Amino acid sequence: MREALFEVKNLKRYFPAKNGKSVKAVDDVTFDIFKGETFSLVGESGCGKTTCGRTLLGVYPKTDGSILYEGRELGKLPKAEAKRFKRRNQMIFQDPYSCLDPRMTIGAIIQEGMNVHFKRSSEERNQQVTQLLYKVGLTADFASRFPHELSGGQRQRIGIARALAMEPDFIVCDEPIAALDVSIQAQVVNLMIDLQQEMGLTYLFISHDLSMVRHISDRVGVMYLGALAELADASLIYEKPLHPYTKALFSAIPDASRRGGSKNRMRLQGEIPSPMDPPPGCKFSPRCPYAQEICRQQTPALRELEPRHFAACHLAEQLA
Amino acid sequence: MEEQNRAQEIALSPQDFAICGEEAGGADLLARKPVTYWQDAWRRFFANKLAVCALVLLCVIALATIFAPLLSGQSPTARNLLERKQWPSARHLFGTDELGRDLFVRVWTGGRVSIAIGIGGAAIVAVVGCLYGGLAAYFGGKVDMLMMRIVEVLSSVPHLLVVIMMSVVLESSSIPTLLFAMTVTGWCPIARLVRSQMLQISRSEYVTAAKIMGVSPLKIVMRHMIPNTISVIIVAITFRIPGFIFGEAFLSYVGLGVQPPNTSWGALASAAQNSLLYQPYMMFFPALLIALTMLSFTLMGDGLRDALDPKLRR
Amino acid sequence: MASQSQSLLQVRDLNVSFQTYAGQVKAVRGVSFDVGVQETLAIVGESGCGKTVTSKAVMRLLDRSGGKIKEGSQILFQGQDLLALRKKELNQIRGNKISMIFQDSMTSLNPTMTVGKQIMENILTHKKIPKAEARQWAKELLELVEIPNPEMRLKQYPHQLSGGMRQRVMIAIALALTPALLIADEPTTALDVTIQAQLMDLLASLKERFHMSVILVTHDLGIVADFADKVQVMYAGTIVERGSVEEIFDNPRHPYTWALLSSIPGRAQASKSKLYSLQGAPPDLLLDLQQCPFAPRCRYCMPVCKKAIPSQTQLSESHAAACWLLHPMAPAVQAPAGIGGTAHA
Repeated sequence: MREALFEVKNLKRYFPAKNGKSVKAVDDVTFDIFKGETFSLVGESGCGKTTCGRTLLGVYPKTDGSILYEGRELGKLPKAEAKRFKRRNQMIFQDPYSCLDPRMTIGAIIQEGMNVHFKRSSEERNQQVTQLLYKVGLTADFASRFPHELSGGQRQRIGIARALAMEPDFIVCDEPIAALDVSIQAQVVNLMIDLQQEMGLTYLFISHDLSMVRHISDRVGVMYLGALAELADASLIYEKPLHPYTKALFSAIPDASRRGGSKNRMRLQGEIPSPMDPPPGCKFSPRCPYAQEICRQQTPALRELEPRHFAACHLAEQLA
Repeated sequence: MEEQNRAQEIALSPQDFAICGEEAGGADLLARKPVTYWQDAWRRFFANKLAVCALVLLCVIALATIFAPLLSGQSPTARNLLERKQWPSARHLFGTDELGRDLFVRVWTGGRVSIAIGIGGAAIVAVVGCLYGGLAAYFGGKVDMLMMRIVEVLSSVPHLLVVIMMSVVLESSSIPTLLFAMTVTGWCPIARLVRSQMLQISRSEYVTAAKIMGVSPLKIVMRHMIPNTISVIIVAITFRIPGFIFGEAFLSYVGLGVQPPNTSWGALASAAQNSLLYQPYMMFFPALLIALTMLSFTLMGDGLRDALDPKLRR
Repeated sequence: MASQSQSLLQVRDLNVSFQTYAGQVKAVRGVSFDVGVQETLAIVGESGCGKTVTSKAVMRLLDRSGGKIKEGSQILFQGQDLLALRKKELNQIRGNKISMIFQDSMTSLNPTMTVGKQIMENILTHKKIPKAEARQWAKELLELVEIPNPEMRLKQYPHQLSGGMRQRVMIAIALALTPALLIADEPTTALDVTIQAQLMDLLASLKERFHMSVILVTHDLGIVADFADKVQVMYAGTIVERGSVEEIFDNPRHPYTWALLSSIPGRAQASKSKLYSLQGAPPDLLLDLQQCPFAPRCRYCMPVCKKAIPSQTQLSESHAAACWLLHPMAPAVQAPAGIGGTAHA
């Protein structure tokens, strides 16, 4: 059976805001990430997917809930284990321009984390850098260059090499391709898939690019205003979305292969409410064309409506 | 299929149409030569003609303050009552003052004091400001808030008022006292600048990446925060130097600065004001040098800022 | 061409370059195209391919950024050469007969002016009407772009609106004087998909209603498929392929178009399989290329591709591509799986 790497239960992460209110960036989210899989979180900006990933790695402390890492509570790891956690769990960033220090050479950037966790001679380190550069499809002479000399795609490869230098098991990929051109996106995604197969990596892939998510993921979670709306295997969720928001989201993507199909699409009215005061009940209810009284009063729980297919909607059975 | 004015001037053979595929890696080569950050910054600084002129002018002035008094063979304090209030001539390039001292030598000797105060003041301000701002940014939270409130209180007192008060209270007009008076609140803007720059860097993604990898806070400060703040500090220092030169000139002008027989540009200008109507040249040379030096530092600062700003590079 | 009499905008041999320290960056290299009346032309390509520069050149918005349109370039709008116009005449066309909407609505709107004032400003510079009338007009425009509660919104400042709303205000400003040509430069790139869908629907309906022609600059082929009539694909400052939307999507003939189309995973593609991807990056535009600019990255590159720049081969009245594979001597090549059509002579 599949072994869970992360078990996230009722995770909440609030950011303090003006006048005593708080921004509920992640509001009661429960999911597991299994070893060796690619789990994707999708949703529009401000839905909490990035915060979710960063809270998992401890960049932000959690407000409430629990994160189990290999069955153990994350905040309570002994010191040596906590250090090991920092080595084994890495992140790739969205902006290939701001994620590399402009004053450091590529070699120094890749070595930075390596030096914390491995005791190696400088010769071994340089060798390692060369190997990593080859692994991400670059050449050894990149080690002496500076980030500004590189194109966006090359920088993103350096970001990947830096993460790989730690010999990780798990990588949070925070919109790794959003800032890249389409032809470069394909290069980076191919590289990520290759590395996963070669090294048995587990990915948390955070993206708003739904067609790429479909391509790369094993399971997909759809987030809306800090909560999970739907969670299922990628094939299930794309074939038969159950939550009205997922349906609307999928039909909003302009798809080159469905030309002229814009007429019979599901269109959402209005805009996403502020996560500072989300609507009561189901958070999607103000924009949902099917919303009923119950939706505005009770928060729907994430239910397993079909095997391995969860959705948080009161009316899912009726709408199916 | 239609043919449309093809490039027919070259002869085409079937071999030209054998598919050989893409080049391995060849397309990735960059046309621009690799340059380091500082090389690039220097190149852009030297492309700015005004800034280079300013730099050259500053070098000339600095060299003159060092060597001109030695070469002219005259003493800045030697009085010659026979040659009082002489207009510029071949013998006295800048003329003489009412005590018959050669102004050429006096102006350049005074320049030593003015420039030393300018650079020294800026250096003190930079060191104190960096330490203070860096500590505030590093500790953050309540410490940061308290430290920044102190800065705000200090900066709300008019700078010149503080300087005049300090000079009066300390009752000495030596150069160290002058420096102290001018820097006692002068470091506040630098501290603010350093703090905001540090905070900005600490929120950047490369610092987040370092934190995730478990790099220690000290190493993050040494490796990321300081190198990325240095260029901002350099620019700030360059802009502060003329402020100190002017500050010294002002204090000397109102009589609180350098005391005779020692002199500075400000003191020379102050001494010249009595005879401004009859011997304007006495005022002209020190004033000209103050203006030129300040202008040059400002122009050079402009050039440096443009050269060092990573946002402007391409 | 048959549609000659119908074309609203004719661009001929447009060359634009920027002077930088390293030399001249030739951003647009001899681009010619037509936009017909009530037609939507999409310009697609990756960043730095010259698509935005081309669209800005039409508005003559390049002077301030140091861009120079070279001698010999021609931009005819309703038969009038825009490059020969004086500033005053140009201003009568800009914002009146040709308008533009930009990607970043936050920087394109003036943050210190209310939305109402900004819309009225555009109306009042081109029409001599009383202020109250302009205000009424502005209100109607906000209604037109489906902004709820327009009376209130008129008095608000840009930062009080969401990104989608701001983009709607930009559309309102652009449409104030019912232009004949609207240039939309990545109008929805900064927005979320559901908002993007709303806006593209709105643009489509407004285009019908006002009989406008649209130049849509984008990198998103999905939007192009939905919205455009004609497509031109740009690479390194040149047009590599042009055609009707059907021709480009069903029967693309240039390897770069193939790469663009297949680097987006389709429904049919197996999960986690290799995506068709290009190696490397586009050429540096400082170089004076004497070969096909795409050759180093092209899977079908032939020796001839490195010897000379391929010229446009006309495949149908509307369809043309610049590729040596279309030469009679070239071997037949199958487009990658999932893309209709073959390319051969």
